[in-house]
Amino acid sequence: MISIRNVSKHYGSFQVLSDCSTEVEKGEVIVVCGPSGSGKSTLIKCVNGLEPFQQGEIVVNGISVGDPKTKLAKLRAHVGMVFQNFELFPHMSVSDNLAIAQIKVLGRSREEAIGRGLKLLDRVGLSAQAEKYPGQLSGGQQQRVAIARALAMDPICMLFDEPTSALDPEMVKEVLDVMVDLAQEGMTMMVVSHEMGFARRVAHRVIFMDQGRIVEDAPKEEFFGQPRSERAQQFLSKILQH
Amino acid sequence: MGYHWNWGIFLAQVPSGGTSYLGWMLSGLMTTLALSLSAWIIALVIGSAMGVLRTVPNRWLSGIGALYVELFRNIPLLVQLFIWYFVLPELLPERLGNAYKEINPLLQQFTAAMICLGLFTGARVCEQVRSGIDSLPRGQRLAGLALGLSGPQTYRYVLLPMAFRIIVPPLTSEFLNIFKNSAVASTIGLLELAAQGRQLVDYTAQPYESFIAVTLTFMLLNALIMSLMHRLEARVRVPGQGGHHG
Repeated sequence: MISIRNVSKHYGSFQVLSDCSTEVEKGEVIVVCGPSGSGKSTLIKCVNGLEPFQQGEIVVNGISVGDPKTKLAKLRAHVGMVFQNFELFPHMSVSDNLAIAQIKVLGRSREEAIGRGLKLLDRVGLSAQAEKYPGQLSGGQQQRVAIARALAMDPICMLFDEPTSALDPEMVKEVLDVMVDLAQEGMTMMVVSHEMGFARRVAHRVIFMDQGRIVEDAPKEEFFGQPRSERAQQFLSKILQH
Repeated sequence: MGYHWNWGIFLAQVPSGGTSYLGWMLSGLMTTLALSLSAWIIALVIGSAMGVLRTVPNRWLSGIGALYVELFRNIPLLVQLFIWYFVLPELLPERLGNAYKEINPLLQQFTAAMICLGLFTGARVCEQVRSGIDSLPRGQRLAGLALGLSGPQTYRYVLLPMAFRIIVPPLTSEFLNIFKNSAVASTIGLLELAAQGRQLVDYTAQPYESFIAVTLTFMLLNALIMSLMHRLEARVRVPGQGGHHG
């Protein structure tokens, strides 16, 4: 579904990604972790072309992201993305947030788009908030709306860029619950996150990044059992201490 | 002070007949309104387009926006007006230039002043629009693009609606400025409000009444615009987005 082959990216002389390669199969859930500045958010943004890269190749569902001929908008329409800071559109009601791209990108009618949006809102437990504005919701609610907004486009896979790191602790669970449901339904997911509980529960593989490199790319059991690299061991011991 | 106040002067007939001095003032007011509003439309359209250009991720396009701002913001308004009115018609191709000179002189003055004020204010609007867009979180643009919206759609549906809401207060002050700046059009002979005030002084030797009337009219006009813009600001306020500052 997603294959990343030897991708490198630099800003001037600063190397953000060095020779990253991995594969995500259909229905697989991959958690990408690593210290801040390790390039994990950049890597995930390369997958839908939000960040350009200079070397290597990323192919999503048979379409090469880096190819200048690729219509990125068309590709992105079917690759859902959830951001750290939710990024709902503050001037639109929740149901318009869910409908706008369905109407403008997929060409659905307004009724159809609103209807589909409402179904997904119900799925994330927020059907009562449809007429509210993002600024009137809690962070956890906003992130669940953002997930519903991405799902409304019928994505073939979902990218999550630190979906819980801007949330108050008591709201993390409500967002993770939605993500666990999605994973269990077989959605292909690439999740940048430090939520190791989530990784243990639903991830198939865990990728550990450091200084722009993929240091470890292992099945979950292996990663949590005994990570091969010392750097990953250190990292895990730090974040699992608490 | 031996000044002889005479507020009745406004009702007196002008020497050429047909109207009163009040009629002159009102016709000046109408010209000021027509000039300022038409220039404001130009300023909003050009300023928004250029402001958007300044924020697109393309060096050439944003360069066009930057060039526009530098050009129109750094030349004094009065000089720009003289260039539009006196210099530019001479630079037009001969046939076009002659055609221009044959149209009604009032229309020539009005057109030059409208284009001049519009483009001058547009450069300032451009900077407001740019700063409005730049003040939005970077993720907003990414979120629009990630949903499959095109670049222009992302501006149209995501960035500009919020950017314009944010810049209502500075735009209000540009809107007020355009009315005040429209008085420079009197220097090329356009009989707007300030020019009519001066003409009244020339004819009646009642400068205080005349300029008090002109001043009060400008102040009233500005108060009216401020209240309209406040109403607009309240109307487009986004629920849950905090209140109004300043």
